[in-house]
Amino acid sequence: MPLIKNGAEIANEWTFVPDGAVLREGGPEKGKVSVSLARFLGLKQGQENGPLPDGVRLGPADTAEDLEPYLSELSLIEVDFPRYTDGRGYSQAQLLRRRYQYTGELRAVGHVLRDQIFYMHRSGFDAYVTRRAGLSEIVEALKEYSVVYQPAADTSPPAFRRRS
Amino acid sequence: MYRYDQFDARIVAERVAQFRGQVARRLSGELLEDEFKPLRLQNGVYLQLHAYMLRIAIPYGQLSPVQLRCLAEVARDYDRGFGHFTTRQNIQFNWVALKDIPDVLEKLAEVEMHAIQTSGNCIRNTTTDHFAGAAQDEVLDPRPWCEIIRQWSTFHPEFAFLPRKFKIAVTAAEHDRAAIRVHDVGLHIRQRDGVTGFEVWVGGGQGRTPVIATLVNPFVPENQILDYLEAIMRVYNRYGRRDNKYKARIKILVTELGDAEYIRQVEEEFAAQRAHEKIDMPAEEIARIHAYFSPPGLAEKPAVSKHLESAKAADPAFARWTRVNLHPHKAQGYASVTVSLKPIGIAPGDATDTQMELVADLAEKYGHGDIRVSHAQNLILPHVALDDLPEIYAALDAAGLGAANESRITDMIVCPGLDYCNLANARSIPVSLEVQKLFADPAYEEDIGRLHINVSGCINACGHHHVGHIGILGVDKKGEEFYQILLGGRADEKAALGTIVGPGLKADEVPGAIHRVVEFYRTQRTSKDEKFIDTLERLGHQPFQEALYAAD
Repeated sequence: MPLIKNGAEIANEWTFVPDGAVLREGGPEKGKVSVSLARFLGLKQGQENGPLPDGVRLGPADTAEDLEPYLSELSLIEVDFPRYTDGRGYSQAQLLRRRYQYTGELRAVGHVLRDQIFYMHRSGFDAYVTRRAGLSEIVEALKEYSVVYQPAADTSPPAFRRRS
Repeated sequence: MYRYDQFDARIVAERVAQFRGQVARRLSGELLEDEFKPLRLQNGVYLQLHAYMLRIAIPYGQLSPVQLRCLAEVARDYDRGFGHFTTRQNIQFNWVALKDIPDVLEKLAEVEMHAIQTSGNCIRNTTTDHFAGAAQDEVLDPRPWCEIIRQWSTFHPEFAFLPRKFKIAVTAAEHDRAAIRVHDVGLHIRQRDGVTGFEVWVGGGQGRTPVIATLVNPFVPENQILDYLEAIMRVYNRYGRRDNKYKARIKILVTELGDAEYIRQVEEEFAAQRAHEKIDMPAEEIARIHAYFSPPGLAEKPAVSKHLESAKAADPAFARWTRVNLHPHKAQGYASVTVSLKPIGIAPGDATDTQMELVADLAEKYGHGDIRVSHAQNLILPHVALDDLPEIYAALDAAGLGAANESRITDMIVCPGLDYCNLANARSIPVSLEVQKLFADPAYEEDIGRLHINVSGCINACGHHHVGHIGILGVDKKGEEFYQILLGGRADEKAALGTIVGPGLKADEVPGAIHRVVEFYRTQRTSKDEKFIDTLERLGHQPFQEALYAAD
C-alpha cells in the first residue's frame, strides 16, 4: 500500500508484526519492525524476551501516555484508524507530538481517506498509508486551508497570532 | 456584530471550494455515499425523506439585514419560498438540490455565512441568550465569547470525529434563556473579584436519555476557558462511548463515570497541559473581538413614549402585543421585540422569503441592523425605541407576523416531525397546529400566561419535549401515531425534566387533554401572577394528571 510522507511517495521499510507472531533478531527482511503497544511494553518490562523494536502501533483504545518514557527510542509510531469515523487517533497524535514533543515518524494507518488528511496533518501526523488517496490528492488536501483558528501539533500559526 | 477579516473570509471561501470538490467527487462516484456522509454532514447537508436538507449556521443566533435578505433569496431561488428557523438558532432549507448546494454556499460566503459544522459528530453552533447585549439582567454580553468559541471550534483538527455531536451554550444572565443545563457544555459567565470567568456545566442533554448537566467547575477564569474546553473535549473524544450511537453523547460518559470521577479526569487532563500547549490567546485579540459587539449608539429617550401610549390606547390588539412580545432593555425608552414565527396555522419557525425581507427592512430602519434567532424559533429585534413600536407592529401584522404569543401556549417549539424527517415516528406539526387552534383567542391565551409546550415527533427530542412545561412526544404503536404527554419540564436556571403522565393519546385526543390541563390550572392558580409551572410545582402532578385523562 502506498506510503506518503513529506509530500512524496516513498518505500515502506517497516513491517508490523502482530501479537503472537515470532519476533526474530534482525526482524523481517527489511529489518524495521513495529509491534502493538501492549507487546512493546511487555518487551520493555521483561515479560517477553526478544529484540526490542523501534516502532509501535497504537490502537484507538491505547493510552498514548504509556509511551512517554520511551519516545526518544522510537523511530516510528503508527496510529491505527480501524474506521475513519473513530477520532481517538487524533488525540493520541496531539498528545505525542504536542505534549511530549515526539520527533520521530507519526504514521496514520488503516482507514485513511483524503478528506481526513488535513486534520491528521494538523494533529501531528507526517506519514500516511492509504490505498484510497494518491500522492497528488494528498498534496491537494493539505493545501485546502491556508488559515487555521487554533493552535495544534503542526506549525501553522492560528489566525489570532497572524492578526496581532 | 462580528465582521469577517481577511482570515475569516478566506477560511469560508476555502470551505466552499473544498465542498464543491467533495460534491463533484460524490456525483462522479469517486466518493462512496458512506464516505461522503460525514463530509456533507459537517457541512450541514442531510438526506431527508424527500430531498437533501441544508442547514446554515447562524452563529449564536445573530444576523444582519444583509444576511437575512440573502437567506430570503436562497429560500426563493433554491427552495420553495420559505426557510425553517431551528432550535439551534440556525436556519434550514428542506428542498435544495445537492448539485446547487455549492452555489448556495458561495452565495452565503459573500455575506459572511456558511454551513460549517451545523451537523455531524463535531462541535456545533454555539448558542446563547437571544437578548444578549440588550437584556437588563445580564452581567455582560456573552456574544464575544461565543465568537471566540466559534473560531476555536471551527475545523478543530482533534475534535472533528467525536463519538457524537457536541453542543455548547453560553449565558450571562441569572435567568437562563439559553438552556445551558441541557447542553453538552453549558457556560454561565460570572464575575468574581473583578475577574470574568465561567461556571462550567457538562453532560446535560435531551434525546432519548435526558439528563440535567453536572456542575464541573464553578469558576474558570476567561483566559483559561479554551484550555479547559480542550480538556473536556479530549476526555470525551478519548473515553466517550463509540460502540452505541445512543450512548455516545457526553452525558452518558458523565453518568457512567459518576460526577466525581468525571470531574477528576477533566481536572487531571487540564492539569497535565504543559505551558507550550496553552492556547494563550492574546488580550488584544480578545479585546478586538469584544469591540465588534459594542452597544449600538442609542439616543437618549424618556422612559415613557407618548406615541406608544396613544397607539396602545387606540388599538387593543397592539396593546396586547406590547404586553406580551416585549422584553426589557438595558436602555430606558427601548425594548427587545419578539417577532413571532408562530402565527396560528403555520409550521412553527417557518418564515417566507418576503417575511424575512420585511424583518430585515425593519431591523435596518428601526433596529440598528441587529436581528436574532431565538432557540424558541422566533426572530428578535433586540434594540428598538418604544416610539417606533406602532410602525413596526403595523408592518409585521400586515405580513402575518403580528402574533402576540411570545412564551405563551401557542409559541410552541416543534420539530419538523414525520412530515420531513426520516427519524420521526409521528407527525408533530399537525398535532401542534390542532392544539394552537384551541388557544387561538389572544385574550384567552394572554390570560393563561407563560406556558411552554414543546413537541417532538420521536424520542430524539429535537422538539425539546423533555423541557416543555407541557411536553408532547409522538410515538409509533403498531403503525399508529400516539402522543405521550409530559408535565413539569423546564430549560431555565431551574432546569428539570418533565415526566410522562400516563398512557399515550391519539392525535385527536391531544388538544382536548391539553385544554383540560390548562383549564385546571386556571381554576387552581392563586392569582394570575402564578404561572402554570409554579402551580404545577405547588400542587404536584397528580391532580393535573387526573384532569388530563378526565372523561369529557
